[in-house]
Amino acid sequence: MKPAAFRYHAPRTEEEALAILAAVAPEDGRILAGGQSLMPTMAFRMARPAHLVDINGVAAFGLLAAEGGVLRIGPCVRHAMLGAPLVGGPLGALLGTVRRHIAHLPIRTRGTFCGSLAHADPASEWCLVSATLGAEMVLRSVGGTRRVAAAEFFQGIMTTALAADEMLVEARLPLLAEGTRSGFYEFSRRPGDFAQAMAIATFTLDGGVMSAPRLGLGGVEDRPCRLPAAEAMLDGQPPSAALFAAVAAAALPGLVPMTDDPHRLRLAETAIIRALSRAAGLPE
Amino acid sequence: MTHELHDITLVVNGRSHPIRVEARRTLADAIREECGLTGTHLGCEHGVCGACTVLLDDQPVRACLMFAVQADGRAIRTVEGLAHGDTLSPLQKAFIEQHALQCGYCTPGFLMLGTAILEQNPDIGDEELIEILSSNLCRCTGYANILRAVRAAAAAMREEGVA
Repeated sequence: MKPAAFRYHAPRTEEEALAILAAVAPEDGRILAGGQSLMPTMAFRMARPAHLVDINGVAAFGLLAAEGGVLRIGPCVRHAMLGAPLVGGPLGALLGTVRRHIAHLPIRTRGTFCGSLAHADPASEWCLVSATLGAEMVLRSVGGTRRVAAAEFFQGIMTTALAADEMLVEARLPLLAEGTRSGFYEFSRRPGDFAQAMAIATFTLDGGVMSAPRLGLGGVEDRPCRLPAAEAMLDGQPPSAALFAAVAAAALPGLVPMTDDPHRLRLAETAIIRALSRAAGLPE
Repeated sequence: MTHELHDITLVVNGRSHPIRVEARRTLADAIREECGLTGTHLGCEHGVCGACTVLLDDQPVRACLMFAVQADGRAIRTVEGLAHGDTLSPLQKAFIEQHALQCGYCTPGFLMLGTAILEQNPDIGDEELIEILSSNLCRCTGYANILRAVRAAAAAMREEGVA
């Protein structure tokens, strides 16, 4: 057996899960949701949690519903569930496109959206989606509930605002307005491998000019980020290859890449241009 | 450290296996060691190679990335469940006919992945089929023959359905 021994807990309700987590957090107790990142780490014994709180038996954690302008995503919603047929509209179209870049099908049937956010790998596609669209995270412990914006939630490589006894009980993604266009581009060395650079662009086209643009970049810095200066350059302008190239070039000097790999910034530039071009329906 | 034992039942290919395991026992290890079904292979044991792919409630999963205790009472299908007696499944037959295996180590994983594809989306497009088949690693025959075998099995199943 490769993983080190641990004590297994299988709560059936949220209250029970939070109570167990509060009790075992000081002894390196962790939540087990999809386990698709945690289990490989345990197989290498890089993680040796003394307790695992398996939340897969909590029925309410399967929450997936569009309500009040947001998509509410519970902790046991799998990657494979995000997009058609369960999530429709422009947000569903974006999620369905992004989903295909997350590992492989047998991983997507187990791994969870909230688990990816809590893990906060800089190469995580769902972290980029959350940062770009401005998701709100609902953090809960036996002590109470906090709501944290994506910009404050992601704090660095595999580091989030979550305290040891807190659990991400819900992520709320703003629905995209009807007619919103979106584009996603990711560069990875092999299909399903970690992103070296990726970008998401969303905007609407009103009278031929871009409105409410959002542009996010992931896999380059230690956390996913929005690029507000780039968004300001896009706002009110007609989409064009020349503008997108100028926006990408302008974004580069402000970036702090995780590695000194000289290609990383060029990949970032390409990802930004291609995500914008895909959203606009322009050739890449 | 705790070595507490859990009594669970793995339902594999319709047969119940009451077993006693530590929580850290992976589903793949339990299928092989406790249930004695060694058709499910282990390659990398960290979710990369896909040799241990099984179906859990008809969904393909990596059996090395689940603990056996998590599969208690769930419907598990492994390569041993594909044939009916001496009659191979259409995908198994197609693997032989299309030379989709050589050393055979990755074959059980590919057969379970392919079975899930054929059940869920038999008319899958080439781009998506290639993307899904890239889930698993094969270092012998390459992927072209495996892709051909899935296509051939889909055609054979369609014909059978019509007849």
